[in-house]
Amino acid sequence: MVALALKQAAETTVTGQQIDLENVSHQFELKGAPLPVLDNVSFSVEPGSFVSLIGPSGCGKSTLLRLLAGLDHPTDGTVKVDGESVGDPDPSRILVFQDPTLFPWRTVWDNVALGLEAQGILRSARHRVDNAVQLVGLSGFEKAYPHQLSGGMAQRVALARALVNEPRLLLLDEPLGKLDSLTRLTMQGEIVKLWQEAGLTALLVTHDVEEALFLTQRVLVFGPRPARIVADIAVDLPYPRHRGDPKLAELRREALGHLGLAATW
Amino acid sequence: MASIDPALSERAHGSFRTTGWSWTAVWPLGLVAAAGWIGVAALIELWPEIIPQPYGRELAGIALAIAAVLVVVAATGRLFGAVSDTVRYYGPWFIAAAALLAVWEVVTAKTGWLPVPFFSSPQSILEVFLDDWSRLGISIWYSVLLLVKGYLIGALAGVLTGVTIGWSQAASYWVHPVLRLIGPLPATAWLPLAFFIFPTSGSASVFLIALATAFPVTILTWSGIASVNRDYYDIARTLGAKPSFLILKVAVPAALPHVFVGLFMGLGTSFAVLVVAEMLGVKAGLGWYLQWAQGWAAYNNMYAALLVMALMCSSLITILFRLRDWTLSWQKGLVRW
Repeated sequence: MVALALKQAAETTVTGQQIDLENVSHQFELKGAPLPVLDNVSFSVEPGSFVSLIGPSGCGKSTLLRLLAGLDHPTDGTVKVDGESVGDPDPSRILVFQDPTLFPWRTVWDNVALGLEAQGILRSARHRVDNAVQLVGLSGFEKAYPHQLSGGMAQRVALARALVNEPRLLLLDEPLGKLDSLTRLTMQGEIVKLWQEAGLTALLVTHDVEEALFLTQRVLVFGPRPARIVADIAVDLPYPRHRGDPKLAELRREALGHLGLAATW
Repeated sequence: MASIDPALSERAHGSFRTTGWSWTAVWPLGLVAAAGWIGVAALIELWPEIIPQPYGRELAGIALAIAAVLVVVAATGRLFGAVSDTVRYYGPWFIAAAALLAVWEVVTAKTGWLPVPFFSSPQSILEVFLDDWSRLGISIWYSVLLLVKGYLIGALAGVLTGVTIGWSQAASYWVHPVLRLIGPLPATAWLPLAFFIFPTSGSASVFLIALATAFPVTILTWSGIASVNRDYYDIARTLGAKPSFLILKVAVPAALPHVFVGLFMGLGTSFAVLVVAEMLGVKAGLGWYLQWAQGWAAYNNMYAALLVMALMCSSLITILFRLRDWTLSWQKGLVRW
């Protein structure tokens, strides 16, 4: 059913975007003093792949997503998407935040419709909103207001709000970070499905090593701030994956080692 | 939902589900209240006044009419739906009101313990309503007209200014100091100048009411815009929103709860300015009526006008509450009026 809905949602064939970061450094001004958050980060992501970024809290992973979305611009280096430097935000690259941050004065349907309305194409594309709502399993809740939704439902709306724009790059900033563990496990499976069926490039920032390994094809491990890539782990396992897979456990030990947590194994 | 008017929630919970008539459907408290109002009518009619006054009989008639309504509601269960429920809910108030009216009647008209002309009896206020309704009616009309004009202009100006300075750093740089200097000044302080500058006292009053309304609306709109979650803008921008969309579809709706607080404050201050302006310059309206009544030492008319003014202000506040509830229906747990 999900596959069918998505086929309806994707009228044009969506292809993922290629990402190239070259020597990207970024710093904030904090009370006049520069605070470096990214230090000479370079990596590339193939179109259509699913890559996760893990690392200690506050190490600058979220900043990296903001640079890719075009919400901030790097102090140094270049961020390229499909070979072009990232300028202003564009609906082809959508960021999903840790908080669903739905607009409380809009219903579920109107929240999902936000992007199409902002781009001025809602009138001719209303069915895309219906399809996106159906895709995340919220049919029947179109007229509900955000305060009536559970945390998992709200995050589903946030995903629908992103997917309705048929993005070619989905930037997920700890999208499951605030959910209870059961909802979290369910939605991990759903995100993999959405990515597989939409054929887009997806980048996932998470604190959860297990989540990163279970969901993505490649895990970039960042060191403490200012962030640098300390390891690049390929997760060469077919989907659907199994949480108990011994290969995953092995990779988990490796990742924890890079994070300086080997002793906890 | 929190509810200031418990009649609404009472009605929603449906405490009176009786259908079809039976003795159990009779409402004893309503019969007590009806007896109270019949008693008041008898007191007015049968106890001679210390100084004879007209309209005693009409007042007694009104009391009897209220008693009749209570008897009908008490005997018919929920036959009249929401009306029945509301009357039943306010049953204790009907009893208290009858008692108060009786005491008032006794201490003024019947015994004269509270001396005329400074204290009015119920029938003398009724006399004003029955004999002077045309002048009172016109006064209400002029007051409402003046208030609505000034208030709408002020509210609009306040929202526009608030959004502008909330959005634009440059506008804030120039407008903020002016607001800080001029804003706290009571609008009534401009009164002499305004009557001098404006061609008519009416336009001067519109200006003053608008000024009094605009200040709180501006400040609250501004603070509303300033406190909008920055993530809303980031989300809208990544979804392809242009600046106009960010202002009209993100900033303004997000700030609306604040804006309404400003609108309520503005309405309160606009009442004060309205009355002062009408007393000092405009030759119409309830403020003028009060002033005129004072000039003739017509204290009955003053009490009547105060009562009407209270009803007018309360109604306007109610309208604003309704508008807010309708606009902000997405919020949970709104306070109701």
